[in-house]
Amino acid sequence: MSTTVATINDKTNLGFWVYLMTDCILFGSLFATYIVLHKNTFGGPAGGELFDMPAILVETLILLTSSFTCGLGMLAIRRQKRSQALFWFGFTFALGVAFLVMELSEFNALIAEGNSWQRSGFLSAFYTLVGTHGLHITIGLLWMLVMGWQLLRKGFKDSVIRRFSLLSMFWHFLDIIWIFIFTFVYLMGDLQL
Amino acid sequence: MNLLEIILGKLSIDALPHESVTLGAGIGMTLGLLGLIGFVTYKKRWTWLWKEWFTSLDPKKIGTMYLIVGGLMMLRGFADVIMMRLQQALAVGDSTGLFPADTFQQVFSAHGTIMIFFVAMGLMFGIINLVIPLQIGARDVAFPFLNSVSFWLFVAGMVLINMPMVLGEFSAAGWLAYPPLSELEFSPGVGVDYWIWCLQIAGIGSLLSGVNFLVTIIKMRAPGMRLMKMPIFSWSVLVTMVMVIFAFPILTVTLTLLYLDRTMGMHFFTADGGGNMMMYVNLIWAWGHPEVYILVLPAFGIFSEVVATFSRKRLFGYVSMVWALFAIAFFSFIVWLHHFFTMGAGAGVNAFFGIMTMIIGIPTGVKIFNWLFTMFRGRIAFTSPMIWFMGFVFLFTLGGMTGVMLAVPGIDYQVHNSLFLVAHFHTMIISGVVFGFFAGITYWFPKIFGFTLHDGWGKIAAWLWSVGFVLAFGPLFVLGLMGATRRLNHYDESTGWQTLFIVAGVGAAIIGLGVLAQLIQIFVSVKARHARRDTTGDPWNGRTLEWSTVSPAPHYNYAVIPTVSERDPFWEAKQRPSAAAKHPLYTDFTMPKNTGVGVIIGALSIAVGFGAVWHIWWLAIAATLAIIITLIIRLSDDETEYTITAAEIEQLEIQHSHKEHHA
Repeated sequence: MSTTVATINDKTNLGFWVYLMTDCILFGSLFATYIVLHKNTFGGPAGGELFDMPAILVETLILLTSSFTCGLGMLAIRRQKRSQALFWFGFTFALGVAFLVMELSEFNALIAEGNSWQRSGFLSAFYTLVGTHGLHITIGLLWMLVMGWQLLRKGFKDSVIRRFSLLSMFWHFLDIIWIFIFTFVYLMGDLQL
Repeated sequence: MNLLEIILGKLSIDALPHESVTLGAGIGMTLGLLGLIGFVTYKKRWTWLWKEWFTSLDPKKIGTMYLIVGGLMMLRGFADVIMMRLQQALAVGDSTGLFPADTFQQVFSAHGTIMIFFVAMGLMFGIINLVIPLQIGARDVAFPFLNSVSFWLFVAGMVLINMPMVLGEFSAAGWLAYPPLSELEFSPGVGVDYWIWCLQIAGIGSLLSGVNFLVTIIKMRAPGMRLMKMPIFSWSVLVTMVMVIFAFPILTVTLTLLYLDRTMGMHFFTADGGGNMMMYVNLIWAWGHPEVYILVLPAFGIFSEVVATFSRKRLFGYVSMVWALFAIAFFSFIVWLHHFFTMGAGAGVNAFFGIMTMIIGIPTGVKIFNWLFTMFRGRIAFTSPMIWFMGFVFLFTLGGMTGVMLAVPGIDYQVHNSLFLVAHFHTMIISGVVFGFFAGITYWFPKIFGFTLHDGWGKIAAWLWSVGFVLAFGPLFVLGLMGATRRLNHYDESTGWQTLFIVAGVGAAIIGLGVLAQLIQIFVSVKARHARRDTTGDPWNGRTLEWSTVSPAPHYNYAVIPTVSERDPFWEAKQRPSAAAKHPLYTDFTMPKNTGVGVIIGALSIAVGFGAVWHIWWLAIAATLAIIITLIIRLSDDETEYTITAAEIEQLEIQHSHKEHHA
């Protein structure tokens, strides 16, 4: 690796880390909002009455697995094995889509029962926090598509490898955020804390 | 919903202004804009503007554009000042003054928003762009394209905040738009949405700049410039950028939640539905209090450079200056509650936040004393940046003491929401931030433009601003203690306040003369630019790296990246002149190519904001998709740089020295 590539990677990696920290604060603010509002059900249902825990557990396992396959994809990228990389990132993509579909159907079911975001402060905070995570997942999926296309067209250029490593950081970061959502929103909701 | 509503959203013929003052301002602004477009077309300068400025990734050009936009916005914000001062001087007893209450509310809301976001932030990022790469011995910022995007997002926000003058109305809910007033129930118009989107777009630009300059300072310093050898202005910017990174995401969230309340019928801050309006106040100040320190720390950095240079001395207490910056940054995040002691959080909570607030006075005091000790026994040159500094020290200390008063919850219960508070924070922001930026612009002007600003007019401006300031805000302190609340559009004659309001108006007029003096200063200096040329690159006998390159600095800043071994590297180098004579060793390096993508993203962001304000959903969605596609194309591009070879750089350097000899 030449020195210029090293310096570019150096700057971009730090820059992306810092961006992730800003995103962390963004989620932190949403978590704080959720915690303040989660008892404000305004006569409507509380979290424990709404959540379908087995489905949430499946969702969680899907997302955790996708992080693992994303890691395998990165190993393939480092070893410059194109078909392997495409396979594992394709797998990750499919898991991401499955997660998103489950999340949206959960939202759909809630809305159908009359529990939309307009129902109470708690539900406003719930949809916004979980939905913001879902929006990030969508962006990650779009990014994955673009990177697959770049890998096919450009091969293992330095810039492509760099972008893949940023993408995997992003994907793992979303996983960590989900762990917190799983804990603070779903588990604690189910326990009616 | 009929077809017209789908196409135009809430937009209709009623959106055009019908109230005389807004109408006049709107027509004036439109004519001015058309005149400007006509002028550029007549002079056939569009290609030049596009190629040399709009698409430029050179931080010096981006910085200059920030200063121009910020300066223009200052004139707009000052026009609001004149309206407010006239209203409050006239609207007593039977007279209702010049404006109906609603217009007056829009005027003060716009004044605060514009002055903080589009003047102070604009000037701040302008100066940071101009100075930081030069001062740390770098050729560029870490992410030049991102820098251009940040700037054009700032411009997009600026366009949106000026749009209400011709379409619709602006927010009448104050500069921070507290709910429930800012909720749909009490502000059904588009004003608050304009406020949300102009801040959202400009705020994202600021956040991206924060990331950019943090990485620039961490990763791109000249070899040998360890952190503790960095100039203090760079330190202040580093700390500020960390604060931007911590604070601005909170603003993004808060604005989004308010918008969700207003458009999706959510209940974050509503009075019913299980909302919690005090949460908004907490969130907005968790961003808002750090924000005022984000503005003032770079100004502190500027004063540190100015005082050391014009006292011909090393900065006194460098290490304590750095730690003071850190202390201020840390404490600024744990004092936000002092903005609403009267919320009723209880004595314990109020006492904690009151004490934390008072503690901030200590590191600030350390800085004040360090500046004074730097001047002590120095050979002080009383140039105009130093006059700004003297005005700052006097007024800022005074304002700081009123801040300590307000930090006592008991006193705050008496004077909160009064003109005393208004006078306090204007003292801090005008003398701290604005004077600091004016000093900085005067100080670094020759490095960017190649000629110095007229010192005499600068001094006149600094004096007029300082004297005008005392006259304009002294009465407000008194009025506040007499019980005058802020945001009054009318008061009773029996209060006896009118005289003081008139004095305040006279003070504002004197500040206006100060602004006029600054415009004259620029005009006179530009006219005499050949005579005022800075041929040495070091007009003030400077201490830091930026003065070691030629003025105006070439687009690549340094032909050879300097190596640093001590603080004040250029000053030390000047003490032993023998080392400089060597023939420099040029090497190839890369620079970013110009790109118009930043402008495109800015333009599309205006469309997103406009669509979101007027509920023209197809426009907002289409523009968002267009932004995503533009970004994908740009970020997939690997050919964004070009190489300057050693031979070319030698040629350029020879041309430079040629010009110097002929001048």
